[in-house]
Amino acid sequence: MNAARTAVTALAVLVAVVLQAALLPELSWRGVVPNLVLLVVVAGALTRGPNVGVILGFCAGLALDLAPPADHLAGRWALALMVVGYVAGSVRRDERPTLPVVLVTAAVASFVGSSVFALLGVVMQDPATSVGDVLAAVGVGLVSDVVVAPLVLLPLLVLLTSFEPQRRFA
Amino acid sequence: MALRTPLPPSGPDTGGPGGPVGPGDRTPRPGKDDRLGRTGRPRGLARLRRLPLTVSWAPGEAQERRPPRALVAALAITGLSLMTLDYLGGDSSPVEPARTVVGEVVGPLETVADAVVRPVAAVPAWFRTQSSLRDQLATAEAENAELENRLATDPLDRARLAEYDGLLTAAAAQQVDLVPARVVAYGAAQTFTRTVTIDAGTSSGVQPDMTVIAPAGLVGRVVGVTRTTATVLLVVDADSTVGARVGSSNEVGFLSGGGSLSEPSRLDLDLVDTTVVPAEGDVVATWGSGNAGPYVAGVPIGTVTELFSTPRDTTKRAVIKPFVDFSRLDTVGVVVPPDTESDRALIGPDGIRR
Repeated sequence: MNAARTAVTALAVLVAVVLQAALLPELSWRGVVPNLVLLVVVAGALTRGPNVGVILGFCAGLALDLAPPADHLAGRWALALMVVGYVAGSVRRDERPTLPVVLVTAAVASFVGSSVFALLGVVMQDPATSVGDVLAAVGVGLVSDVVVAPLVLLPLLVLLTSFEPQRRFA
Repeated sequence: MALRTPLPPSGPDTGGPGGPVGPGDRTPRPGKDDRLGRTGRPRGLARLRRLPLTVSWAPGEAQERRPPRALVAALAITGLSLMTLDYLGGDSSPVEPARTVVGEVVGPLETVADAVVRPVAAVPAWFRTQSSLRDQLATAEAENAELENRLATDPLDRARLAEYDGLLTAAAAQQVDLVPARVVAYGAAQTFTRTVTIDAGTSSGVQPDMTVIAPAGLVGRVVGVTRTTATVLLVVDADSTVGARVGSSNEVGFLSGGGSLSEPSRLDLDLVDTTVVPAEGDVVATWGSGNAGPYVAGVPIGTVTELFSTPRDTTKRAVIKPFVDFSRLDTVGVVVPPDTESDRALIGPDGIRR
């Protein structure tokens, strides 16, 4: 069960990395695309807690850092999604997450992830971007993530919780 | 999607998610009211109030849930080290090989995904094109019709432009003001008169007995007007008599229409002085008396083509071939006084004026 769950999560991360690069440019608005990898991390952290969330976030972020279109410093997304995994995993899990909870979590995760990523870039002076651009990208990314969240997060949550007999969606 | 096995609320007396939870747990919790749903979960606003946004650690789960500080620190340090290495290494950073490996794996996948996605993503555009094809076709057809129409009327427009140019030249040559008009009707041959109708009348300043000229020469005179049209008696009509002057000798005579309905039209010139013999090829122009008479002076009529005299007649006769082709009259000008009020542009010696 554990291995299957890990494999499914890894596959979801891989699909998210590929889709984010290949599919979403068709849907982008002002160049900002929904962060599917972040949503996968949120789904994993919501179902498994901050412990797994941190590791999942780090690995998924590393994949996002190294996948072809990326040209920034490796590790930025890893650290950012690590924080996201921690935050999303800290949401109380003793009840089935409702849709508002999922959406709010996605929004917070999107804001935190994008902000950490941007802050790391500012600290490391990776790309020379202005604060206004960063804020605009974070805001638009947040909106797009929340819009896509119901389509991506809910199926993922159902899929991942199906491995947990105690916390199963019916 | 209802929760099949609602977890008990966190508290010291619960064993955490690992505890034995079975279908028997469906019994509602004590103290719940009618706002709680069938599955024991709050509905509506009550549920919103219970948004579990706060971090709550179940004691039994503490070990499982809380990430060890060492793990977080290790991951953070790894990430920071990666960034630092990548930053310091530049193009030859140690991350590049990993980047290459991941690229080798993910790159082809992205290519495949793109190949799959691109046609699907293009579907909306395709449908959009389908729905707008009709509009495009209608627009193109209208444009095509307009262009064809323009192409077909192009020679006509050119001819008319040439005629107006000719009228301009004539007006400048004669130093007169012209009301441009088009011949819209020819009198029937059965009436045995050679008249045409032009599309300018009193509203354009045309009055009876005005001279009508074409770029090539004299056409005739106005014999009747309505508000918007005028009837012009052509000089070739049998009833038409024009005072004429032979160009080379200034000799005067009277031109009468041959009245022949067959082409080519001809005019007969009776000279007053019988001793003068006009030469063939002499140009005959109107005699006239300023702008007062039916015919203004100096308008070319035609050339002398034949001369003959009969012993019975006291005058010599000449046959004049008119400059104007009366079978192809189109644009003509009516000579009007300079201060004429007209509803259309006048062609004057100085050009077109309104």
